[in-house]
Amino acid sequence: MIGAGFADPVQDSQRCFRSVLEAMSRPGRIFQLPPLAEPPTPLHSATAAVLLTLADADTPVWLDRAEPLDWLRFHCGCPVVAEAGAAQFVVAVGAMPALAGLALGTEEEPHLAATLLVQVQGLQAGQGWRLTGPGIEHAHRLAVQGLPADFLAQWAANRARFPQGVDIVLCAGDSLACLPRTVRIEEAG
Amino acid sequence: MIEAGYNFGYLDENTKRMIRRALLQAVALPGYQVPFGSREMPLPYGWGTGGIQVTASIIGADDTLKVIDQGADDTTNAVSIRRFFNRVTGVATTEHTAEATIIQTRHRVPEAKLREGQVLVYQVPMPEPLFRLEPRVAETKRMHALADYGLMHVKLYEDIAQHGAATTSYNYPVLVNGRYLMSPSPIPAFDNPKLDMMPALQLFGAGREKRIYAVPPYTEVRSLDFEDHPFQPARADAACVICGARDSYLDELIVDDGGKRHFVCSDTDYCASRPPLVEAAA
Amino acid sequence: MYVAVKGGERAIGNAHAWLDETRRGDPALPELSVEQVEQQLGLAVDRVMAEGSCHDRGLAALAVKQARGDLIEAAFLLRAYRTTLARFGASEPVETGAMRIQRRISATYKDLPGGQVLGPTYDYTHRLLDFALAAEREAVAPAPEGVADPTPMPRVTELLAKEGLMRRETTSEAEPPDLTRDPLNFPVPRAAWLQALARGDEGFLLGLGYSTQRGYGNSHPFAGEIRMGEVTVEFTPPELGFAIELGEIVLTECQMVNQFAGSKSEPPQFTRGYGLVFGHGERKAMAMALVDRGLRAEELGEPVDAPAQSQEFVLYHCDNVEATGFVEHLKLPHYVDFQSELEKLRSLRQEAGR
Repeated sequence: MIGAGFADPVQDSQRCFRSVLEAMSRPGRIFQLPPLAEPPTPLHSATAAVLLTLADADTPVWLDRAEPLDWLRFHCGCPVVAEAGAAQFVVAVGAMPALAGLALGTEEEPHLAATLLVQVQGLQAGQGWRLTGPGIEHAHRLAVQGLPADFLAQWAANRARFPQGVDIVLCAGDSLACLPRTVRIEEAG
Repeated sequence: MIEAGYNFGYLDENTKRMIRRALLQAVALPGYQVPFGSREMPLPYGWGTGGIQVTASIIGADDTLKVIDQGADDTTNAVSIRRFFNRVTGVATTEHTAEATIIQTRHRVPEAKLREGQVLVYQVPMPEPLFRLEPRVAETKRMHALADYGLMHVKLYEDIAQHGAATTSYNYPVLVNGRYLMSPSPIPAFDNPKLDMMPALQLFGAGREKRIYAVPPYTEVRSLDFEDHPFQPARADAACVICGARDSYLDELIVDDGGKRHFVCSDTDYCASRPPLVEAAA
Repeated sequence: MYVAVKGGERAIGNAHAWLDETRRGDPALPELSVEQVEQQLGLAVDRVMAEGSCHDRGLAALAVKQARGDLIEAAFLLRAYRTTLARFGASEPVETGAMRIQRRISATYKDLPGGQVLGPTYDYTHRLLDFALAAEREAVAPAPEGVADPTPMPRVTELLAKEGLMRRETTSEAEPPDLTRDPLNFPVPRAAWLQALARGDEGFLLGLGYSTQRGYGNSHPFAGEIRMGEVTVEFTPPELGFAIELGEIVLTECQMVNQFAGSKSEPPQFTRGYGLVFGHGERKAMAMALVDRGLRAEELGEPVDAPAQSQEFVLYHCDNVEATGFVEHLKLPHYVDFQSELEKLRSLRQEAGR
C-alpha cells in the first residue's frame, strides 16, 4: 500500500516550492510547510514534500534508505541511482554522505551540482551558527541537531569551490531551512 | 475564472518543475545564467516569454500580481500579460507596488522600495552581458567560468578615454556578489542602484535565449566602474509635470509639432501615489 | 521512376496534370476564388507583392492561388510577369509623411503628436488557437470606429533631427540606380541596396536583422517609428509637365533609431536604419531597417566584420527568387559531372591503395 502524495498536486507543490525558493533565498531561515498526511517512513513530511515538488523523471535521486523507494517511484517517477555522485537530488535520512563525493557541477556549468536533502532532528532559529552571505542582510542564526561533527569543515570546503558545490535543504518534521553554496557559516560566537 | 483546457498558470507541471529547479540553482549562483528548457508561449519571443515562464512557475492562488512595461501598468504589453495571467490563473492583480507579491517588469525597477516577501521578475531579451563584445556563447561561457571580464573593462576604459564617460545608458552591466558579470536587463542605468541589497528576491527570465538567473535578497550588485570614474546613473534634469517628482525616472513626451516637451514619471503607480501639482504650477 | 529519360514530355504533362489536380484539392469543396485570397489571406498577398516587387493585389492573389500558398513560388510567378510589362515611366517619390495612417507606433516615446495608433495588429493577442474560426461564422461585428484625428503625424526621426541628435542623411538629386535593369556593381550606393532589401526575402532579412541584435554587427536599435497606411502615387507625364494622381497603395515604413558612438569628425548621435515595403509587412520592414543600418557600418566608420554588414554577403543572397532557383536547381540532372567525379574518386582511391 503506497501512501498518498499531495492532496492538490498543483497548488500544494506551488506552495511548497515557494517556501523552498524563499528558504534558498534567505539561507538559514526556517520555513514551515503544510504537513503531508502520509509521508512514507522514514521520511519527514518536509523531506517528502520537497521531493514531490522537485523530483521527476528527469532527476536521478539517491536515497540512503530503501523503504520510501516505491512511494518515490510512484509519485515522482524518478530514476533511483546507486551512486550518490550520480544523483541530482541526494536524500540522507541517516549519516550524511561526504559533500565532496556528490555532483559539484563544473566551472562552466555549476548548475549541474546536486542538491542534498538532509533529514535532521531539529532546527532552531535565533541561536547556534552565525550565517552570512547573499540573502542575509546582517546575519542569520541557526541551530541544527543531527549533522556530522566535521560538517563545518566540509561546508567551508564546499563554499571554497564556488561556483561549484552542492546546496543543502535541511528538513526536520514539517520545517526546512536551506544552505545554498554561497552561505558562510561560523560556529556560535 | 480560469481558461478551460489549460493548467493553472498555463504551463504543465513538468515544465514548472524544470523551471523551479533552474530557479533554485539560479538563487544559489547569484548572477549566473542557468540554461533551461524554455517553452513556446502564446505570446511572441521578445514580449516577455522568459518572465512569463518564471512568473507562471512561481505564482500561486494567494499571490497578487502586478505587471509593468516601461514602468507603467497601462502600457499595451503590460495589459496583455496581466490579462493573460488573469485568464490562466485567476489570481488577483494590482497596480499598486506595495500590494503586489509578484511584480513582472520590462525595462524598469519600481521607484517604491520593495520589501521582503516580494518577488521582482524581469523580462530579459539578451541575458549575456558580454554579447556585444563577444557574440559567441561558447566563448562567453568560458569567460564567466574564469571570471575573465577584461573585455568589458577595456570597453569601459575606451569609452572613458574617448568620451569621458561610459556610453552605456541602459542594460548597464553589473557584478553580482563580486563574482558574476550580469545583465540587469534593459533597465535604465538610473535603476541599477536599486538592485543592490534589495530586500526582495529578483528573478530574471530570458525565453528566447533560454536562460534564467537570479539575485537573492540582500546581495551586493555593483555597476562596473573605475575608482576615478565612478558609475553615474542619469535621468532627465526635470520634474514630473503631474506630481512634480524630481527623484523618479522620467519619460519625455513630445506634445506638439514644434517639438515641445513634457516630462512625466515612468512609474505610473509612484506618480499616482503622490499628491498632484495644482494646475497653475504645471 | 526518377530517370531523366527521353520521352520526358509525357512525364512532364502527367506531372502538371497531377499538380493541377492537387492544387484544386477535394472537388467536393468549393474552389477558392482569387478575391477570397486577396481579401482573407491579405498578408500573404502583401508579402508576395513585396518580394515579387509588383504592386497588384489581384495578380498577387492569383499567384498565391496558383502556387498553392507557396509564397516564394508566388513571388517568382509575379516577378516573371512583371518583367514582361512595358515601362512607361517612373512615379514621383511617394510622401510617407503624408500617409493616411492605419497604424503608427513609436517604441521610443510613450506619447507623441498624432498619438500611437495600434491598428489591426496581432501584437497583443494571446496566441491561443481560436477554434471558433474553424466553424463558419455568420458575420464579424464591425470594429468600433472613432473620428479620425487630424493632428499631423511628424516622423520621430525628424523630431530628433530638429534637436540635432539624429544624423542628417545626405540627400541627392541623382537618378537612383535601377536594380531591375542594371546588375549590382559593388560597392553599391544605399539607394541600390534599399531596393534589393525591399524585395529581398523576408526570412533571410529577418535572420540577418536578428543576428545584429545578438551581437553580430551591433546597432543598438530602437523602433523609432513604424507606420502603415495609404500613400498617393503620382506620375508626371512628360507631355503634361505636372503630376497627376495614379491611385493609392498601402506601404509599411520603419525607421529604426540606432546608437552611434561618433567619430573624429562627428559627435555621438543617433543614426537610422530604414525599411519600406509594399502592403502591411511590418516584420519585413523592421528586418530591412536593421540590415540597412548594418550595411551602413562602413559609411559610419564602424568595423565591418558581421554578415549583416557585408554588402556582398547580404545583397547577393537576399533575393529568394535567385536563391531558390540555385538551391533547387540541384534537383536537375547532374549525372555527367557526377560521372566524372565518380571516375576521379575511383582513380584516387586506387592510387592511394598502391
